[in-house]
Amino acid sequence: MVTEQLVDLSRLQFAATAMYHFLFVPLTLGMTWLLVIMESLWVMTGKPVYRDMTQFWGKLFGINFALGVTTGITLEFQFGTNWAYYSHYVGDIFGAPLAIEGLMAFFLESTFIGLFFFGWARLSRLQHLLVTLLMAVGTNLSALWILVANGWMQNPVGAEFSFETMRMELTDFTAVLLNPVAQAKFVHTVSAGYVTGAMFVLAISSWYLLRRRDVDFAKRSFRIAAAFGFASVCSVIVLGDESGYSLGEAQQTKLAAMEAMWETEPAPAGFNLFALPDDAAMENRYALQIPWVMGLIGTRSLEQEIPGLKEILAKNRARIVSGMEAVRLLDALRADPADAAMQARFDAIKGDLGFGLLLRRYVQSMDEVTPELVDRAARDTLPRVAPLFWTFRLMVALGFAMLALFGLALWHSLKGDFAERRGLLRWALYFLPVPWIACEMGWFVAEYGRQPWTIYGVLPTHLSVSTLTVESLYGSLAGFVGFYTLLLVVEMYLMVRFARLGPASLGTGRYHGEAPAPAAPLAPAAIDPRPTLS
Amino acid sequence: MPLDYPTLKLIWWLLVGVLLVGFAIMDGHDMGVGTLLPFVGKSDEERRAVINTVGPHWDGNQVWFITAGGAIFAAWPLVYATAFSGFYWAMLAVLWALFFRPVGFDYRSKIHHAGWRRTWDWGLFVGGAVPPLIFGVAFGNLLQGVPFHFDANLVPYYTGSFWALLNPFALLAGVVSSAMLSFHGAVYLAHRTEGDIQRRAIRAALIFGPLMLLAFSLAGLWVARGGLGYAFAVAPDPAALPNPLAKRVVAEAGAWLHNYASAPATVLVPALAYAGGLAAIALVAARRTLAAFVASALAIVGVIGTAGVSMFPFVMPSSTRPDASLTVWDSVSSQRTLGIMLWATVIFMPLIVAYTGWAYRVMAGKVTTAYIRENEHSAY
Repeated sequence: MVTEQLVDLSRLQFAATAMYHFLFVPLTLGMTWLLVIMESLWVMTGKPVYRDMTQFWGKLFGINFALGVTTGITLEFQFGTNWAYYSHYVGDIFGAPLAIEGLMAFFLESTFIGLFFFGWARLSRLQHLLVTLLMAVGTNLSALWILVANGWMQNPVGAEFSFETMRMELTDFTAVLLNPVAQAKFVHTVSAGYVTGAMFVLAISSWYLLRRRDVDFAKRSFRIAAAFGFASVCSVIVLGDESGYSLGEAQQTKLAAMEAMWETEPAPAGFNLFALPDDAAMENRYALQIPWVMGLIGTRSLEQEIPGLKEILAKNRARIVSGMEAVRLLDALRADPADAAMQARFDAIKGDLGFGLLLRRYVQSMDEVTPELVDRAARDTLPRVAPLFWTFRLMVALGFAMLALFGLALWHSLKGDFAERRGLLRWALYFLPVPWIACEMGWFVAEYGRQPWTIYGVLPTHLSVSTLTVESLYGSLAGFVGFYTLLLVVEMYLMVRFARLGPASLGTGRYHGEAPAPAAPLAPAAIDPRPTLS
Repeated sequence: MPLDYPTLKLIWWLLVGVLLVGFAIMDGHDMGVGTLLPFVGKSDEERRAVINTVGPHWDGNQVWFITAGGAIFAAWPLVYATAFSGFYWAMLAVLWALFFRPVGFDYRSKIHHAGWRRTWDWGLFVGGAVPPLIFGVAFGNLLQGVPFHFDANLVPYYTGSFWALLNPFALLAGVVSSAMLSFHGAVYLAHRTEGDIQRRAIRAALIFGPLMLLAFSLAGLWVARGGLGYAFAVAPDPAALPNPLAKRVVAEAGAWLHNYASAPATVLVPALAYAGGLAAIALVAARRTLAAFVASALAIVGVIGTAGVSMFPFVMPSSTRPDASLTVWDSVSSQRTLGIMLWATVIFMPLIVAYTGWAYRVMAGKVTTAYIRENEHSAY
């Protein structure tokens, strides 16, 4: 029995596990390229400090990567465990990019990460650099296929419903792969990951510089992070997700909601810098508007209109009425698949089937639908405005704050005086958590903004879940949150510990806090006074 | 030339089998090593040596599991949906056990503290021992049929409980699977270690190898005499659009032996389990460890293949509503998706095998306690 509570808990569990996973993914995406850059410098210059940088930042990368893998396994299987009807209904399209991700990307990344850590003594310098490069390529390809899958949920192209198999089926794989929404999301998401990696290196290097330790190591790291981070943050903002928001209806609804645009305004629309949206009255109680800006950001033109929420609502209501008929015809066709006339009628309106299915949240039979129920279902198609409005603004504000930081960091890197700019170094250190907050906000906007659909216009969220018991969901949700939190605490402990230890953790004898004579291998006790096993 | 739909459906049955066998051979030896870890390594250095035999490879090997999951999603969406939601707590137990592995491998040796390291050793044990046991139990339940049905819109409903999965036959299948992968891991360890660790690994192999063959034989007898099996009353049309509600199925004692009667060559599959298993036991006892590893991999092909061939074309029979059983013919993706996925597999699988092979070659050789001492800061 599918209840509202079951649906809510399933959503909560997916949101929690996905957001935990995305604490680790962006750092992995960014760090792999930073490692490629550092190791290239090692291969080109032969300066050992660059090898040490690759190995030390690689160590921190590994601590993060372990939890990325841990939390990632869940996501591959959670569609089946908790979203069984979703898996059946769209597996024909959605499963393929996930499987190809495994074959093409995840194998590559995971096989070469082993050689990255353990192959230093057994590979030539160039071979090892190639290994690091392939690891980075694998990681990024992995993101590509996942975002192709996610982009299809936002903008389901290249597929149509088949009443015989009672599911969506693939009609055009190229369209799924080249889905403009997926491409925009890919560029935006990996760039956000690069910013995260750069921020991580910048902040920890700044901490060393503030303490005036490992100065040469930290300065070189800082400069690389500043340059890479500046390029990446420009990419996040310029090639941002916004460009994808004029494409496809799901994105238009999200755009209108996160901008609190109730009415369709004459182009180019104004941008609400600040607003107090009122969902019930469908208006803003107060708004501070900058003219033109929204139209320019949303459509990159002065002429194109951006539909407001009220216009979207009216369109959706009409589609629900049409969708009711589609559901009726589908039920009839399932009983009598040979009726060609009925099939033709169904085919004509099956694009609205998903809108009809929205009513199944309230009634099973379309004969029980009242006009009030249609209104209610239509209202369901608009996400709540205030959470989207504010999370989006927070994300954008953080993005611009990071642009300022990386701009300044790059400027002083070029001038060469950043190591003495203690204000800048402190700013960089305190900004360490910022890219993570921005990333999580971004996913919230993308996924919360798509509600009430799992696949926009095709499959409502409340039909997508597995028919589990509420007790099972409470148990598994508690298990995931408890387990992940415990692992996160362990990860943070190790991360802080090794960041504090610094490059001395490599045991080369060249860094802060190490005994000056590196000839003999360090006894474990020299690093940690606590009891040892061996 | 595009392949016709029945051929593609058949190929995908084989490919899912290849992925499951690939998972069992590759991730299986890591899991076997994890299971044996607390027993074959007596000191911290010895345990580190054991861990580092799989250290550079476990992550790549685990992708067989992820990819098998993804491929079942893409090729058999109804199986993915029905099995994973039905076996909810069993799947979660597998996932939660697997959580211990990435962190166990990477975090264990980063801190010099006996309690910390011992905790992660047992974490790695859980991550190695629990999944094979549950996969075996799951196969045991598939062979008996699982309580599920669909409504008219193909929403799957599972009506059993988690505890009902732990019935005697399923537990026996769990023993087959656990013993098989512990054996496989022991043979791998024998190949990659020397001295005391190798001696203990060989002793473990000589326990788990015969145990695997014994449990496999008992399970076979149970299937033959215990009346397991399902058969078609009205067979589905292999060329038809997939609809799992269009056929008629009956539970029929001994039906899992029909394929061996109608196609006698298939007897070679269970024969391979015995031949591979016996050869691996003999070879590992003679310290011909690499050959023993190949033989134990063949035994895995035989054991998993036997389950697949016995049930073919069934994948997941329903015990409560046999007509709703999922088969190779009626729970698959569209012809287009199967075709695209076949291309993806044909292109990437050889590449994966090639670079995985290269990674093993780079890291080849015995992992010793001396190696651990030399690589104090970089080894797991």
